[in-house]
Amino acid sequence: MQAISSALIADEYKKICCLTRNAIFFHKERDVWENVMKFTKTVFATAALSLFAGLALAEEMTIVSWGGAYSKSQLKAYHEPYTANTGVTIINDESAGTAVPKLRAMNEAGNLTWDVVDVEAGPAMQLCDEGLAMEIDHDFMLADAPDGTLASVDFGDFIVSDCFIPQIVYSYTVGYRNDMVGSTPPTSICALFDTETYPGKRSLKKGALSNMEWALLCDGVAKADIYPMLETAAGQDQALAKLDTIKDDVIWWSAGADTPQLLADGEVVMGSTFNGRLFALIEEQNQPVSMLWDGQIYDLDGWIIPTGLSPERQARALHYVRFATDTQRLADQSKWISYGPTRASSALLVDKHAELGIDMAPHMPTDPANSTNTFLMNYAFWADYKDDIESKFQAWLAQ
Amino acid sequence: MSYTDDNGPMMTMDGKPLKRSLAIALRRQKVRALLLISPLLIFVLFTFLFPIASMLFRSVENDIVSEILPKTVVALHSWDAESGELPDEIVYSAFAGDLQRAAKAKDHTRVGLRLNYEKSGMASLFKKTARQAKKWDLEADTSFKAKLIETHKGWADIAVWQTLKTHSSRYTSGYFLNSIDMRKTVSGPEFQPEDRQILVTLFKRTLIISLVITMSCILLSYPVAWLLANLPMRQANLLMILVLLPFWTSLLVRTSAWKVMLQQQGVINDLLVALGMIEETGRLALINNQLGTVIAMTHILLPFMILPMYSVMQSIPPTYLRAAKSLGATNWTAFWRIYFPQSVPGIGAGSILVFILSIGYYITPEIVGGNKGVFISNRIAYHIFQSMNWGLAAALGTILLVAVLILYWAYDKIVGIDNVKLGG
Repeated sequence: MQAISSALIADEYKKICCLTRNAIFFHKERDVWENVMKFTKTVFATAALSLFAGLALAEEMTIVSWGGAYSKSQLKAYHEPYTANTGVTIINDESAGTAVPKLRAMNEAGNLTWDVVDVEAGPAMQLCDEGLAMEIDHDFMLADAPDGTLASVDFGDFIVSDCFIPQIVYSYTVGYRNDMVGSTPPTSICALFDTETYPGKRSLKKGALSNMEWALLCDGVAKADIYPMLETAAGQDQALAKLDTIKDDVIWWSAGADTPQLLADGEVVMGSTFNGRLFALIEEQNQPVSMLWDGQIYDLDGWIIPTGLSPERQARALHYVRFATDTQRLADQSKWISYGPTRASSALLVDKHAELGIDMAPHMPTDPANSTNTFLMNYAFWADYKDDIESKFQAWLAQ
Repeated sequence: MSYTDDNGPMMTMDGKPLKRSLAIALRRQKVRALLLISPLLIFVLFTFLFPIASMLFRSVENDIVSEILPKTVVALHSWDAESGELPDEIVYSAFAGDLQRAAKAKDHTRVGLRLNYEKSGMASLFKKTARQAKKWDLEADTSFKAKLIETHKGWADIAVWQTLKTHSSRYTSGYFLNSIDMRKTVSGPEFQPEDRQILVTLFKRTLIISLVITMSCILLSYPVAWLLANLPMRQANLLMILVLLPFWTSLLVRTSAWKVMLQQQGVINDLLVALGMIEETGRLALINNQLGTVIAMTHILLPFMILPMYSVMQSIPPTYLRAAKSLGATNWTAFWRIYFPQSVPGIGAGSILVFILSIGYYITPEIVGGNKGVFISNRIAYHIFQSMNWGLAAALGTILLVAVLILYWAYDKIVGIDNVKLGG
């Protein structure tokens, strides 16, 4: 497109030159010629400018994320400094929630409009398996820690898939109303199942994930046995039987914002959600709610790069990701949101909240004080058993 | 201008038969009309009909297994799945070849994901085995049966091979069977275990709740539409704005507002407690159940009922009612025998709109429906967005579409589609 238009401009220029030159020799007026030269120069300059602007305009990339406070933290910590350094415009698309089906549809249509996509680890593995996400050589493509530690060591176990570039750790955890739990605030995740000590409704995710683990844990199963047990029909039935004991006391949520709203309205005494949502409820909206970190289930969120990008776009996506996941950038993000950085080297740099001015370290799910009893989501397990357990769970729910 | 030949047909001025000339003119007109609507036609074809057809096709399409594991599928033909014995070496070595090729092309995970919908664990079985498969030497190695079983004990499980064989055909009825809580097995279709049966329940529930919603919309809309049609212009306009205002508000905002109204610590319960009508401990459960879905969706779909009713009622001449009364009818008889029959086309149009919209709804039931007030569309959304089982989603969608078409056909037979009016 650009090439064609510049060729056209050159053609036009030749025509103007010849015409005007004839005219000049006919009139023998030098200053007219000069004016024409000036005119053509401006034409050329504007053409060149618009050509350049066109190229600069092409220097943009679409990054897909979740929106809200989370996108804001990325904007402040990654996008703004990256644009300042490179001049690349970043378009923020907020459809991460439907990233997997959309990437699949884009791939089938052969029209890829996304450059970098923010997804949870589970969907990242699925995209990797379907061949929709690019495989990453973490040590080669990502930055080392400041002390020279390789990226694969710095991220450690959080690299759960060949395509996944870890970014933050968040957790499914429980918050409770201070004024509804009496004088003995809960200290254990099993308070969820203890309707005698803590009467009232609780809100739980409308899905198997997180609930099945907690049910077995509170039914006395050792943590190491939970996933092997959930592979068997008997284990699944045991978890559902445990959930049956509180079924009538549960409000099932499907959006992360539900539990904070239900807690704020006093509709539930306790409820599970993402830890960042509870942080916002407690610290930003000053609601009488506390965190129950016990039994929290870690989940990861990170980047993937879709397969099938043109070489230039892929190089730019990799360049961006290398920048956005270096030690300092990951630490910077925690100034804006209470999700923990996935690099060991970033954890040391976690600072105060940029607007509230409070220390962020105690609000990180990975803080030692909060992580005495935790799970890391078993992605391999859920990849195999999600369909099966989910349909069983939904059938149980509908009874 | 034309003249008649005494024996021949009527001719135009230029000597052609009038009939043909008219036909040509008519055809030209038709072509012109077709050309005029062709942009819309093409647009609808490419953005609506074609995508829907291709989505529906997914409900029977199943070429992934036979494409990625072609030799295995052929080799499995000679294996009797019900024999209770593992397939022999030919199948295993064909499979080893297929898997190695698939692993190099990175296709193996796709077939693993596909089969995992049918049997849990297939995804990781394929992933783990393929990692080893890349190293095999197909020429030199002989016993792939032992090799595969050594790599993963899953290959010694007959059920794995049965799943592979059952779901290797290019077209499958499996997704449709799944949609009605059945499944395809080696010995033919059978019901799912009881603790996994959910979809038929959801289909029934969707139809019943949608009917309830349609009925309550009719009951609530009829008086409003009547008022709209009979009030003086000024008041009617004001009322119309009140009807349309929620129509222009975001669906999510309205649904969330119902949450605030209906929850146990919500406005309605607070009011009832303050008035002493219910006890503090006996707050009503108005939301997160079927009642919540009915209330919120009735409210959201009301304008779709009111507007067609209104436009029909507006065209009923008030003189008919006056004439009936002057002939001695009571108010009720005049309404029931004269006015109501004339307003039925509006009710019909509104009901079709509301019913069809409501069986496809999923956001509102998801937010206010709790565990018992969700629809089949919530499962479709789940299979599109979460489990990525698009085949099953397509089968569910096809069934829903066919159900609507059948209901439409029944409606046409009973009431007659000509009796439906969307406008005066």
